[in-house]
Amino acid sequence: MRKKEMIAMLLAGGQGSRLGVLTAKVAKPAVAFGGKYRIIDFPLSNCINSGIDTVGVLTQYQPLRLNTHIGIGIPWDLDRNFGGVTILPPYEKSSNSEWYTGTANAIYQNLDYMETFNPDYVLILSGDHIYKMDYEVMLDYHKENHADVTIAAMPVPMEEASRFGIVITDNGGKISEFQEKPATPKSNLASMGIYIFSWPVLKEALLALKDEPGCDFGKHIIPYCHEKGERLFAYEFNGYWKDVGTLGSYWEANMELIDIIPEFNLYEEFWKIYTNSEILPPQYISGQSVIERSLIGNGSEVYGEVRNSIVGSGVTIGEGAVVRDSIIMKDVKIGKGCVIDRAIIAENCEIGDNVTLGIGSDVPNKLKPAIYSFGLVTIGENSVVPGGVQVGKNTAISGVTSRDDYPNGVLESGETLIKAGGRA
Amino acid sequence: MRAVGIILAGGNNNRMRELTTRRAIAAMPIAGSYRAIDFALSNMSNSHIQKVAVLTQYNARSLNEHLNSSKWWDFGRKQGGLYVFTPTITADNGYWYRGTADAICQNLDFLKRCHEPYVIITSGDAVYKMDYNKVLEYHIEKRADITVVCKELDPGEDASRFGTLKLDESMRIEEYEEKPMVANSSLISTGIYIIRRRLLIDLIERCAEEERYDFVTDILIRYKNLKKMYGYKIKDYWSNISTVDAYYRTNMDFLKPEVRNYFFRECPEIYSKVSDLPPAKYNPGSAVKNSLVASGSIINGTVENSILFKKTFVGNNCVIKNSIILNDVYLGDNTYIENCIVESRDTIRANTRHVGENGVKVVMEKNERYAL
Repeated sequence: MRKKEMIAMLLAGGQGSRLGVLTAKVAKPAVAFGGKYRIIDFPLSNCINSGIDTVGVLTQYQPLRLNTHIGIGIPWDLDRNFGGVTILPPYEKSSNSEWYTGTANAIYQNLDYMETFNPDYVLILSGDHIYKMDYEVMLDYHKENHADVTIAAMPVPMEEASRFGIVITDNGGKISEFQEKPATPKSNLASMGIYIFSWPVLKEALLALKDEPGCDFGKHIIPYCHEKGERLFAYEFNGYWKDVGTLGSYWEANMELIDIIPEFNLYEEFWKIYTNSEILPPQYISGQSVIERSLIGNGSEVYGEVRNSIVGSGVTIGEGAVVRDSIIMKDVKIGKGCVIDRAIIAENCEIGDNVTLGIGSDVPNKLKPAIYSFGLVTIGENSVVPGGVQVGKNTAISGVTSRDDYPNGVLESGETLIKAGGRA
Repeated sequence: MRAVGIILAGGNNNRMRELTTRRAIAAMPIAGSYRAIDFALSNMSNSHIQKVAVLTQYNARSLNEHLNSSKWWDFGRKQGGLYVFTPTITADNGYWYRGTADAICQNLDFLKRCHEPYVIITSGDAVYKMDYNKVLEYHIEKRADITVVCKELDPGEDASRFGTLKLDESMRIEEYEEKPMVANSSLISTGIYIIRRRLLIDLIERCAEEERYDFVTDILIRYKNLKKMYGYKIKDYWSNISTVDAYYRTNMDFLKPEVRNYFFRECPEIYSKVSDLPPAKYNPGSAVKNSLVASGSIINGTVENSILFKKTFVGNNCVIKNSIILNDVYLGDNTYIENCIVESRDTIRANTRHVGENGVKVVMEKNERYAL
């Protein structure tokens, strides 16, 4: 029987609601990152670079963008005769039909898929982190320890440890205890949500807990394996790893790419990150442009000023416009004379002439203060902002807005403006 | 589909000077992200031609690398697709391609096994967009044996490196001269031809029996009065890159908004092999004006009126003016480059100065690349 030593299951069904309007119409793994990538490119590239050529991608929330992006996996060389990438949405069954109710439940519902490859090990990944990691080294560690489950974990500052799932290990890396978001953490090793399971152990656990509502790896499967006395090990990872779950961390991770020699370097020949690149012409920088400390994507045309920003592909920045400390995703049009500070503008938006974004004082968002903070202006995809208006900090805009939506031409700091419709 | 495509990409030309020591002209990089053959291939694909043969001979390594997968032009098909033919030794032939007609002759089996009634022949060294179906319709309407696509040169341009034509009122070709010493017409052949497949096979076979090998002089010019040959005039952008000056000018044309819009923004688009490169990066100290910058570049210096191809590294205090920097070039700190074409994969050491005084200078330093 044909087999694969290790296959990967990539959880990409989550909404990522903390990204606000950015994930209103796309799943979080499909959100653009770093000018031309999408978040899911990082785990997918890690897979192929680690020699894993069989990846099941579990989708559920708004999968269209993700499906078109992944296609048959050509950009990652994951178009294979046996294996390759397979999109696994929830499906109807003869006995019961349900959505994926939890991370482990999603994997459980795809037991048949995993069975086809007769694997020895299964790697569980999530599609919302920015990092480069060699899963093969982690597998070697797993084998060396004769482990049943290996959990990738990284040291975090002790004062932040209470935000994470913490693992406590002995000297050999064997896990003795877990703490989920503990008030008084006993260690600073945080679980990264990356697991290698020996296949029989995973299968047994999934079947045993199949009726658990909302079955989750962190909450149910791992504790179950631990109680059963399986050998659980922590694999310490010390490289760059960034959770881009909030607008602030998403913005920050993007900005870190601009450093002269960034800690997370996309320009290295080794461990390339692959993405579904459109075939695009080079970018054009006009005679009046000023660009400094920025990344600019292919096919963009810049006539204005860009500083400390990440600009995606096919973007037009009009004459006299100034873009600072912002993330502009692909196909956005920014009119003449705009001043844009600390904004995240999602794909295919149109910003009219002489629009000012990011003015005024840092007032918390009235609707969702926990989401729209960090002083950012966040504009959802396909939105239209009419010419001449001013927008304050901690604001969110989505949909086709007109002059009337801005009292006296201003959207004050802390306001949220959600309208229907979108640019074609 | 009614036609198969043949792209003649075997040529070398000494007027390209050092630039073709590295590669065939069809593989010359164009406009930051493309190679010359992308234009012909994309036109074929956009004209819904499903079967295309590329005939290569001279230094085809770079070209073959570019064509290693046909999927970028949508030619990765079960039906038809992209065929690359390099000369091979067979039981009854041990020659290289001795000319364009011979190149087709040596691959005549390909043409014989096709079922499409027409053949579109084009060269791999021109930058243009064309719907070949329109030419084909014209060809059928005129009941032509051969249709030659031609273009009126702007006044003052030198026609002597092309084939020149004169047409009568019905557009039939009256005169046809190949690279005349003194051109008496400014109407030139673009090297794009349409011909019925059966007729092409016939002419090529007859040509081979007479030991003649060139498609233009031995077929087009010789049969000019015997066969009905018509000209199809185009007014759109078309540029051949077969001299250093023409290559430089063609690239620089892309700094003009009308040319850029025509190729970059208007449909149909030009396809090329995509490379996995990050976006271009502008570090402190970068000052870029009126330039095209391709992905994977890192800029620390001044760039004006220039084209930076993929993966260019521009060091601190560099000044690049009116120049073309080909793929994967490293320019050390304080380099000054003006009016130059810098060869791909070159490493320019710090404090180097290159200026093209009388015309464009081709820079080809063979320095070792230090690991960055």
